Amino acid sequence: MDLSYSAEDRAFRTEVRDFINSELPADIKHKMKTGIELTKNDYVTWQQKLNARGWHAPNWPKKYGGAQMTVTQRHIFDEELALGYAPRQMPFGISMVAPVIIEFGSEEQKQRYLPRILSSEDWWCQGYSEPEAGSDLASLKTRAVRDGDHYIIDGQKTWITLAQFANMIFVLARTDPNAKKQEGISFILVDMTTPGVTVRPIQTIDGGHEINEVILENVRVPVENLVGKEGEGWTYAKFLLEHERNGTAGVAGSFQLLDRLRMIAGEQRFDGKTMLDDERFAERVATIEIELTALSYAQMRSLAAESTGKRPGPESSFIKITGTEIQQAITLLMMEASGHEALDPSNHASLWYFNTRKTTIYAGSNEIQHNIIAKRILGL
Amino acid sequence: MDFTLSSEQILIRDSADRFVADNYAQDKREKLLKTEDGFSREHWAQFAELGWLGIAFPEDKGGFGGTPVETMILAEAFGRGLVQEPFIPSVVLGGTALAYGGTSKAHSDLLEAMVGGEKLLTFAYGEERSRYDYSLVETQAKRDGSDLILTGKKVAVPFGAAADTYVVTVRTSGEKNDQDGISVVLVDRDAAGLSRTDYKTVDDRRASRLTFDGVRVPEAAVLGELGKGISLVDRVIDAGLGALAAEAVGNMSVVQRKTVEYLKNRKQFGVPIGSFQALQHHAVDMLIQLELARSITYYGTMALVADESPAERKRALSATKVQIARSGRFVGEWGIQLHGGIGMSEEYVIGHYFKRMSMIELELGDVDFHLKRYLAQKLIAETAEEAVPEREVAHA
Repeated sequence: MDLSYSAEDRAFRTEVRDFINSELPADIKHKMKTGIELTKNDYVTWQQKLNARGWHAPNWPKKYGGAQMTVTQRHIFDEELALGYAPRQMPFGISMVAPVIIEFGSEEQKQRYLPRILSSEDWWCQGYSEPEAGSDLASLKTRAVRDGDHYIIDGQKTWITLAQFANMIFVLARTDPNAKKQEGISFILVDMTTPGVTVRPIQTIDGGHEINEVILENVRVPVENLVGKEGEGWTYAKFLLEHERNGTAGVAGSFQLLDRLRMIAGEQRFDGKTMLDDERFAERVATIEIELTALSYAQMRSLAAESTGKRPGPESSFIKITGTEIQQAITLLMMEASGHEALDPSNHASLWYFNTRKTTIYAGSNEIQHNIIAKRILGL
Repeated sequence: MDFTLSSEQILIRDSADRFVADNYAQDKREKLLKTEDGFSREHWAQFAELGWLGIAFPEDKGGFGGTPVETMILAEAFGRGLVQEPFIPSVVLGGTALAYGGTSKAHSDLLEAMVGGEKLLTFAYGEERSRYDYSLVETQAKRDGSDLILTGKKVAVPFGAAADTYVVTVRTSGEKNDQDGISVVLVDRDAAGLSRTDYKTVDDRRASRLTFDGVRVPEAAVLGELGKGISLVDRVIDAGLGALAAEAVGNMSVVQRKTVEYLKNRKQFGVPIGSFQALQHHAVDMLIQLELARSITYYGTMALVADESPAERKRALSATKVQIARSGRFVGEWGIQLHGGIGMSEEYVIGHYFKRMSMIELELGDVDFHLKRYLAQKLIAETAEEAVPEREVAHA
């Protein structure tokens, strides 16, 4: 057991920090700090800088153009990006669909899609949830019917983050309507420029437009866009969700939120003091910061186990639960710290709070995560 | 970073687990609780033989060259077994004081005797009016020639009746709250003018109140620098916090496991109660708290190993204690609740773990104390940032 950062790890941290300092455009950093929504171009600009440095896909093997970082490097990388106010890494291509393609996809799919993800030529989104299939995802109704060398897909997908930026969507669709619930589902890659694909915005309670509905009507997709085997999509979907959960925990992002909270609390004054001078408030902040520290070590432990060949297992569920609760706790304090100013939407603090209500719902609600742990870890 | 145990560390863990399995079956432990010492001198001799009493001290300080990681491994195993022997008071608290504050041959001889199992140490810092604030020292040590004369009281001294030598914080100068003027002195159990009231603690350990009424010790009994003892006390407290955290993780892991077993076996309404979702979710939350506790213990232990600056170390160990206390409270209370009535029974083991965890929550400072201590540490990085205040966040 060696619980310290090596000299190489420390050097890597400096390298990442220097990179951000020299490469992150000032206007993007300003938007990140003040809570102004980034444009697609902002994200792509930053992704291309990361890609030029070889860091766009920290989790991929080297042979596909990834950085293949060690667990500790990845931890440092995420932490530095978050604390440096770099745009958050879009998971849909890099850490959702790509691991599935690498693990289960055909050689042609690897050749075609992985480079396009790296170069930001493709922006992916996730076609999982449906109006009638939320927590009970396996009850999804979207159908893909074989017609010669095509599938014809019909259905409705919802809660799709940044579909408005995307040109590709990975879709869970039912290819065998007679099979049992989890069987008969397939994992299919769909070009969103195909006729019959419509994106409809959903405005959220924070006033933002992040999520969308995607309607698929008579969409013809070549059969070579099927990943793996027909009817095995549920296995791939679960594999992806386990990878997703570590990301949705937002551990590094929460360190950024804490920093933001400190900036807000450091500005709000009463009786000549800031909110950080208020002992009670400072202790509430410290309590969350400490829990986040514990969680970041828990995440490292989980990732370390993964790096020895173990797949991310159900323990990623508990990291998702705690991580999202922490995000919400921090944004609540951001709103509270803002005092009267929280009424003004241009202050952003209360909008952050509203926005993060989603975190305990998405990627499998926290109650579903409890069920997963109860069944798969505790054996209840 | 590497979270796996080395083969040597696995051996240590396994031998500690074997010790627990051989000696801490419930009936054996119950017998032990009724003895005067509340622990077994024979066990202690085994600890010495196995090398556990010196395992974490550097070789140049009379130890066997291990690190706080080894302390963590042992303390966690002892926590799993509800082991009674005074490992933390004598080895971690007393031993750290001697290892880092020892200035003479007599001091290193005493440490050697402790490591060899011949001498038991304990740490006396708490006072009636200090709560956990170990810099609030009213016990006076007045100079008389080359001696110091001690007057005052210490409370909640762990295993005070069994200890041969007390490591005592005293005030050699300054006012009661001053950081300066605190000294750490060794006092023999038989010193003239020292009286003791012993009691059995609520978690079946032993503790004492010590009264110093003109106790004379030579200046050679001072550990570290006279009047500058606070940094040594900081280090002793931090080492203790790391070990207590590991012990608590050991406690919690058993409570968590036994609770899940109980949910699987206990039937009501014709089914195992673990089939009820309300209970399942609480059991999952217990597991989460255990994992957070274990993770923060690694973090705290890492800070002890790295030993970078006192501020970094104190901050990390206070963070550790805060999380351990919160997690331990959660796991303990829900462990009792999910067991139902049987959880309240003295005969059943869960309640014993619960009581120990509850006392760990208070030992060496509670959540409130450590939140304040955590916030009081100004890190070098933060001080540097303050020089160039960043005011970029705008109310856009």
